[in-house]
This record gives sequence, C-alpha cells and structure tokens, in this order.
Amino acid sequence: MAYNLKEVAKKPERLTGGHRMCAGCGAPVVVRQILRALKPEDHAVIGAATGCLEVSTFIYPYTAWRDSFIHNAFENSASTVSGAEAAYVAMKRKGKISNDTKFIAFGGDGGTYDIGLQSLSGAMERGHDMVYVCYDNEAYMNTGIQRSSATPIYADTTTSPAGREIHGKQQWRKDLTQVMVNHHIPYVAQTAAIGNMKDLYEKAERAIYTKGPTFMNVLAPCPRGWQYNTPDLMKINKLAVETCFWPLYEVIDGKYKLNYKPKNKLPVKDFLKVQGRFKHLFKTGNEHMIDEVQTEVDKRWAELLRLAEEN
Amino acid sequence: MSIRERMSGNEAVAIAMKQINPDVVAAFPITPSTEVPQYFSTYVADGVVDSEFVAVESEHSAMSACVGAQAAGGRAMTATSANGLALMWEILYIASASRLPIVMACVNRTLSGPINIHNDHSDSMGARDSGWIQLYSENNQEAYDNMLMAHRIGEHSDVLLPVMVCQDGFITSHAIENIELVEDDNVKAFIGEYKPEMNLLNKENPIAVGPLDHFTHCFEHKRQQAQAMVNAKKVISEVAEDFYKMSGRKYELFEEYNADGAEVAMIILNSTAGTAKYVVDKYKALGKKVAVIKIRVFRPFPVDEIADALTKYKAIAIMDKSEGFNAAGGPLFTEVTSAMYAKGVLLPKVINYIYGIGGRDVKSTDIEIVANKLLEILNTGEVDSVYNYLGVRE
Repeated sequence: MAYNLKEVAKKPERLTGGHRMCAGCGAPVVVRQILRALKPEDHAVIGAATGCLEVSTFIYPYTAWRDSFIHNAFENSASTVSGAEAAYVAMKRKGKISNDTKFIAFGGDGGTYDIGLQSLSGAMERGHDMVYVCYDNEAYMNTGIQRSSATPIYADTTTSPAGREIHGKQQWRKDLTQVMVNHHIPYVAQTAAIGNMKDLYEKAERAIYTKGPTFMNVLAPCPRGWQYNTPDLMKINKLAVETCFWPLYEVIDGKYKLNYKPKNKLPVKDFLKVQGRFKHLFKTGNEHMIDEVQTEVDKRWAELLRLAEEN
Repeated sequence: MSIRERMSGNEAVAIAMKQINPDVVAAFPITPSTEVPQYFSTYVADGVVDSEFVAVESEHSAMSACVGAQAAGGRAMTATSANGLALMWEILYIASASRLPIVMACVNRTLSGPINIHNDHSDSMGARDSGWIQLYSENNQEAYDNMLMAHRIGEHSDVLLPVMVCQDGFITSHAIENIELVEDDNVKAFIGEYKPEMNLLNKENPIAVGPLDHFTHCFEHKRQQAQAMVNAKKVISEVAEDFYKMSGRKYELFEEYNADGAEVAMIILNSTAGTAKYVVDKYKALGKKVAVIKIRVFRPFPVDEIADALTKYKAIAIMDKSEGFNAAGGPLFTEVTSAMYAKGVLLPKVINYIYGIGGRDVKSTDIEIVANKLLEILNTGEVDSVYNYLGVRE
C-alpha cells in the first residue's frame, strides 16, 4: 500500500506523550515514526542506550513505551537486545512462545558511534534478527553537549568549544553509515524526518521486516546542542538533506540506492547559519572554514553518487 | 543411578550447563574458563541442547546479552575469569539490581596487572559487592553440584538474584578428578521450568526494565535487593537439603572439617581447603588437632553461623587468596573478623595469611606453617603479627 501520512498517523502511538524530551527535539519524532512501521499485531522489544531518549521516557514508576522496553547501560543497547532476541529464538524453538516479536535497539550517537560501537558491530556481525537505530544528534547531548565522533568539524560543543585560538571541533565526523555498510548486513539506511516522513517510515518498515541485522542512521537535531529555535526542527532536517550534508540513501544487500537527489543542491552554509553552534564560522576571516566544510560535503556527496552509480 | 565419571572442573561445569539446557549462553573466551564455552558450543553444534550460543565480541557484551536474555524470560548463563569478569563489572551490578537470576561459572584467576593467567581470588573478590550470590567450590564435584543448585537459588521468588559459581583456575578447572554426575532426568526435575512472573516477550503484559530511578524510589529498590540477599541464606540451605535428598551429597553454608576437639582452625576458600584437609589429617595422626573451615557461601556471608561456629576456637587463621590493599588484611579476614565482633565473639585470637597470589603454589608445607603458628598461639596466647604473607619472597 502506498504511503499515506494521514493513515499512518492514525496508528496508535507506541511511544506515548508525557515523556520528558525537549520541545523541538528530533529524537521522539524519529522514534514515533519508526514504531508506526511496526505491524499493529506485532509485539516489540525495544532497547535504548543510556541517553536523552532513555532518561526522558522511563523515569520510575512511569514509562512512555507501550511495547516492552529495556535499558541496560550506555554502551550495550545492541548486545542487550541481541540477548533478548537470542532468548526469543531459543524459546520459540522450544515451543514456549507463539507470538511474533520484533527487536529494535536505539542509541544516540554517543551510544552508537563511540562507546557502543563494539557492541553494535558484534551484534550486527552475529546476525541477530534485529534493527539498530542510531538517532544521531551529533554530540553527547544528555551530559550537556560534549563532542562525539559524529560531531561535525568546527561545531562548538562543551568539550570542543569555539575559543580564541581553536574554532570548535577540529576533526571530520565519522561516517558510521559507511562503517555499517561494510558489515555486509542485509540492510543499511540513512534517513531523516523530512516532509511527510515517507522516507523514514519506509526505511523503518524495511529495516524491521528484513530478516537479519539491519541498521538505520537517522538525523535527530537537538535544539540545545545545535542552538536553533524549537519550531525550526523540520526546517533544519530539510536543510541537512537539501545541502547534501545528510544524504538520504539505503544499501540493500550491498546495492546502493540514493533516495533523494536535490534539484538545486544548496550551499552547506545555509545549513550551518541557522545553528548557533556554527555562528563563529560566520565571523569575518573565518570564511575559509565554511569553504572547507563545503569541499568535504561535496567530496562525500560525489563518492555517494559514484557508489549509487548516479553519474 | 548416578554416573561415575572422571573429568576436569571446566568440563564438569559445562556438563552441568548441558543438563540445565539454558535458553542462552553468551560467553567470550578467557583463560582458564575458555573450555566452558568451547564444550558448550560443541553441544550446540551437535544438537544435544536447545540453547542459543551467542559468541559475543567481549565479556561486557556477554553479560549485557545475558541481561537481555534473562529479561526476555529465558535462562541465561555465561562463564569467565579475571579480566573478563572485570570487563563485566558494570553490568554485574545492573544484572543484580534488575533482579535477573543469571548464572555464571567463574573460574578464578588473578586479575591484571601484571597480567597473570594463574589462580587467585582477586577477580571474584572484586565482585563481592556486586549483588551476586557467590558459591565457592573445593573441587570439580562441588563446582558441578553448585552449578546444579544455582538456578534453584537465584530463581527463588524470595531471592531473584544472579549466582556466581567459583572454582580455582587450572587447579580444579583443568585437573581431572573422579566425579559423580546426576542423571539428566533428575537434573531436569530438580531445576524445573523457568517461569518468570514478567518478561519482555509477553505481548499481553509488556514490561519496562532498567528505569531511571531517582532518590524517590532508588533507596527502596536497593533495600529490597539487600533483603533478597538476606533471604538467600535460607533458600541456599533449603536447596542444599533437596539436593542432598537427590544426590546424597550434603552441602552447608560452610564446612567444618576435623572440628571435634580442635581448639584452632583455618578458614579457607576453594581448592586450598583440600590441601589443608590433608595437612590436618596428618596432624591428627600426630595428636595435634587443627580444624578447617571451608566457606562455601561467601555472598550472602553467613555472619551468624560463622560467628557461632568460631566461639569454640582459641586461635583462628583466616586465609585470603587475594589482597584487599586496605593495609590490614584480605577480604575474607575482614568479613570474618567483623562477623565475630558484631556477634560478640571476641575471645579467639585471629591472624590473617595472604597466600597463593598470582598462582603461587600452595604446598602442604605452607599449610603446616599456618597450623604450627596456630598451635604456637594456642600455647603462648600471644599473637606477634596479625597480617601475614605465606610463601612470598621478601
């Protein structure tokens, strides 16, 4: 059935309101849309790494999760959910359970790109039937906006501050999506909540219902860390995609598919200038930094086009 | 009829796991416990168990996967040693706080540094406050028997705590000894089905595990966890009684050996108790009475029972195969002496020996030094040094 936002939005919320995520945060929007891709009859075991999503949705004695939920620690969302999936396989084999259960692990970029990378890599390599979703807000937001390996170059964070001598983070961001593609798992997707969120929904559906380990990297802006006005969330998402800072693509059984190619690729400064974390780049004399970012974005975009055989 | 066999402590533990047939075994190899997952993956490959073997990429993920599996309503098991246990540290606490009765074979090895693959108890002693029940084993038979009792203890509704079954790396894990195995059907009947009240896979009653738990409730949860450890003592004894009826092998919280008429005693964990028994038998033949008290249950610590048992002695040597680095004595020493003081058992003279660190061989002649010292204290009433080292060059 063709995607229809009105229909999809009618599905019961599996992450209910009343949680304590910030207004204008990308993460709950992403999570809710992903969970909408679950078949209503399917039960889900959802894991989350320690982070904003976890500490804001499951504060004892309240939970915002309609499905079963498990939080273990920061670096082990993938291995924890892999254990639950293994138990499911064994118990199903023994005839102890009959209903179908889907397994989804969430982690922020801290819990995924950095401290949880080993756990993620292991779980994916072992072939568990599970989805791992990184909601990437490009820094350790839960502890107060410290830089991660997902933080873009020159971003101002509390551990890569824009100072008089050093202008924010000095390193390029890690391309985790490519790292996961190279695990040769059946499905890897990079997406964001843009427009009617069709791309996000369809990728979630494919990730959840592809047998074996699948990975989604989803951009999830943070109003505090990125310093934007909370109503601008969707605008920021759109600019990330339209500038090719965050291309939408998927890799199905090793085959690249570019899901969106902007007709008019916007300059990356359009994405940077609406965020306070990059405001020092717009001071006189710092133009070269924006140029460097543009060069890198162009390089990575060209590489993706090559992989997707678009040119 | 029980089965008479001969095998190593590692194989004995692996056989117990095969008979238990858990849902998930998640493990990462580390000497000297590596054989346990090796044996178990063979059982999986040969289709003699129904378990999923999760060949994780680290011990941290082993314990994390066990938490996920047990929360999902399965029985989860693992095996590790030394640095592997250390890498699990963070999740050991989460497993016990989440009240998940995971069972682990801990094959004791010196915790780095320096790196050393041989036996002492620095690994499990470091985990003594992690909320896990700890059972110690003198030989392969006890390691096997403790494994068979572990699920019954941990899964009891008054307990719901993970259980660590310890044995000495190489000394018992690799030495081949005679053993009596329980028949598969009897193990199955003894262990029973695992039916947790709540689990992640129950669609009709979804649950959430591992909350952010603020000062409004965290203290109460910790209090309940502490009570579970208190409750465990009675459950361990009840399970041992049932095990005795099935197997004819009797287990207590600790074993008192050669106590009759003895005025001095050595308190020991794991395999060195065997060496000590040999020495005190020899002394008995010479008319010298020395008792051996072998602690089986270190967590929960049998404070009342130990204190009560010690009232009859005049001098006690508490033997630690790990350092506590508190500049005053090892962990067993501080546990035993605090039990004695709290229960008003103040008359026995107490001394501590740190021994066998980094796998230093503990010979019968070493134990004789301790026995002789105790008899000297009995004679003179004088303790010249409380905190001592046995068998170290200095």
